[in-house]
Amino acid sequence: MDVLAVLSVAVRGALGPEAAIYALAAIGLNIHFGYTGLLNFGQVGFMLVGAYGTAISVLSFDAPLWVGVLVGMACAVVLALILGIPTLRLRGDYLAIATIAAAEVLRYLYRSSFAEPVTGGVFGLVQFAGEFYAVNPYTAPLELGPLRFSERALWLMTVAWGITFLAAGLVWLLVHSPWGRVLRAVREDEDAARSLGKNVFAYKMQALVLGGVLGALAGSLLAINSQAITPDAFIPIITFYLWTIMILGGASRVLGPILGSIVFWFLLTFLDAFLRGAMSAGWIPGGLLAPSDIGAVRFAAVGLGLMLLMVFRPAGLIGNQKELRLDVR
Amino acid sequence: MTARLWAAIAAVLLGMLLLVAPAGAATPTVSPPTSAGASEEAAETVQGTLRDPDREPLEGITITVTQDGQEIGSAVTDAEGSWAVPLPGPGTYTVTLDVSGLPEGVAPQAEGGEVLDGVTVRPGAAQGVIFQLGTGEVEEGGAAIPVARVLQLVVDGIKFGAIIAITAVGLSLVFGTTKLINFAHGEFVTIGAVTAYFLSTAPGNLPIVLAAVLAMAVGGAVAGGVEVGLWRPLRRRGAGLIQMFIVAIGLSLLLRHLILIVFGSRRQQYDEFSLQASWTLGPVRITPRDLVITVLAFAIMIGVAVMLQRTRIGTAMRAVNDNKDLAEASGIDVQRVILVVWLLGGALAAIGGVFFGLTQAIYSEMGFELLLLMFAGVILGGLGSAYGAMLGSLIIGLVSQLSTLWFPASLAYMWALLVMIIVLLVRPQGILGRRERVG
Repeated sequence: MDVLAVLSVAVRGALGPEAAIYALAAIGLNIHFGYTGLLNFGQVGFMLVGAYGTAISVLSFDAPLWVGVLVGMACAVVLALILGIPTLRLRGDYLAIATIAAAEVLRYLYRSSFAEPVTGGVFGLVQFAGEFYAVNPYTAPLELGPLRFSERALWLMTVAWGITFLAAGLVWLLVHSPWGRVLRAVREDEDAARSLGKNVFAYKMQALVLGGVLGALAGSLLAINSQAITPDAFIPIITFYLWTIMILGGASRVLGPILGSIVFWFLLTFLDAFLRGAMSAGWIPGGLLAPSDIGAVRFAAVGLGLMLLMVFRPAGLIGNQKELRLDVR
Repeated sequence: MTARLWAAIAAVLLGMLLLVAPAGAATPTVSPPTSAGASEEAAETVQGTLRDPDREPLEGITITVTQDGQEIGSAVTDAEGSWAVPLPGPGTYTVTLDVSGLPEGVAPQAEGGEVLDGVTVRPGAAQGVIFQLGTGEVEEGGAAIPVARVLQLVVDGIKFGAIIAITAVGLSLVFGTTKLINFAHGEFVTIGAVTAYFLSTAPGNLPIVLAAVLAMAVGGAVAGGVEVGLWRPLRRRGAGLIQMFIVAIGLSLLLRHLILIVFGSRRQQYDEFSLQASWTLGPVRITPRDLVITVLAFAIMIGVAVMLQRTRIGTAMRAVNDNKDLAEASGIDVQRVILVVWLLGGALAAIGGVFFGLTQAIYSEMGFELLLLMFAGVILGGLGSAYGAMLGSLIIGLVSQLSTLWFPASLAYMWALLVMIIVLLVRPQGILGRRERVG
């Protein structure tokens, strides 16, 4: 097994567009959970409406791609309002169940046969982001030793990481503003914030909308990245990935989700490449693990990692344990 | 467009009919998968006999088999109406009947019944498929809903709801006693179903009843082990509820994918009772298996209720549920009660999994799919109330089945989840839950 090849695959995973996209969605989640204390387990739902908002605008309404991205974000605002009005007044764990259910409801809806003329049903939609690749300024692939990024990947990485860092900057500005301080007050003690005359519900709603819009933007980028979307790509496991990323990096830290995403994707692609290499080298007996099981091992590893993190280091890599009092209500 | 919509309805309705093979109907809906016999190579086919409503065979009708939109093959019915399409291997296929070849006055009984989705073919099986043909005049526009169909769906809904209910009781009791939303509860369901599957198939070949009892023991043991090995130490360390909630999600991911590795991604059926002729009780058809499962599920629910009301441990559970500190102060061993709740919840989830596997199929995602419905049932009934969980789950089962009267069956689960969100909006404490100040 070529260790260098495995490592370079892992580095590609850590720097690739997917890592940036997940970081962006996790930044949205960080606004929800890290700063406001909202247990949003339906972030993938925001990504879904973002992705489909983009694709449907382009394919069904011949809108330019950038309009599509805006439409996707607008859909996220609507979703956040619909979701927030019933659930933000409830205790945190109700919100968790309601959001995961809402994301599943959306997935069922988008893949249903009556939505098929618009959403493509289970087959999804393809080829809607040609415009994006048409303006690709890169003309040659980048090669750094064993690392190789195609010009397509480079263009996506530039845009995705650019947006991600812009979003992180925006979050930094927001949380250091009076608005951000109220958010954290809401997270720490809702009643105290309310007793100071703050409209807790409104602040929570604003946080839900803002984080949801970032999630939708990530969903649009995901759609542009693959040029093909199906509803079944937006399963609850994506949300659990985002939670793992956010907690790994450190919730309620501006750079937490970005660091978390890089480390997460490094480990995940490393594990993947390592297992494949070990299997082809014959280190793992075929009876124990088949190549088709690698995906399952990956998910199991994420689950185990999430458990261990939460048990032993809920603050993640750069989080502040004191700031993040993990408790319900 | 509406054709597609109705196709989905009909496909799933027919799917149900496939399970509940109507003995008295014009044609047997499913012929049991026959083994390929001595031949080493498995030769999978789908086959059937096409007959018009008067049981006369239909000749020269084209039937096409596709998988993931790719055509696999097609066949034309012969003079006896028989047809067969050889398949490249086991898997799930879509079988489509070319309606243009049908004679005048003959059409799929349900609108869109010419497409059968999700026909599962097991290795070496010759899977029988039947298109239900009628005069093409029934169920026009869905304006008049036949009473028989409503009754049938009510029966199916009660059966489904009862299965959700016995799994959800454990979820609700665990929440009541520990305030933990156990995201990994669905995995106990899958563990039960999978354990019974492995015990009841080769090499064990245990009878399914015995396998189910052993699966309950395994489910209880896993849940108890998780309590002792994970949750109790976490509670001792004073872990927050959100922290434990996220740990539960991690545990759910871990268990589900370990099961996936062991069990594989294919849907399986138990060897016994997988195909039965149904009994016709008035307008309603039910297989003896489903009837027994429904009755057993209700018996289990009554048993749990009696235990909660009459026994010492049941009283202790309710006490801990109401007020943990007060219960502890009055001499109840809270940790022991919580352990018993986990054992009970795990065992109930496991038997629920076996029931679900018997009525539908066993697959690694089954628990997670059921989990969201359990949540819906538990929230509808009132978080923490065992009786609420039962009532709510029954309603969720009914809603998901009855929604197929008007909406595609692929959206049945969606309506159940929507009901939950609506309940959160108007009555967050649920039907039987106690009102508490929230938010």
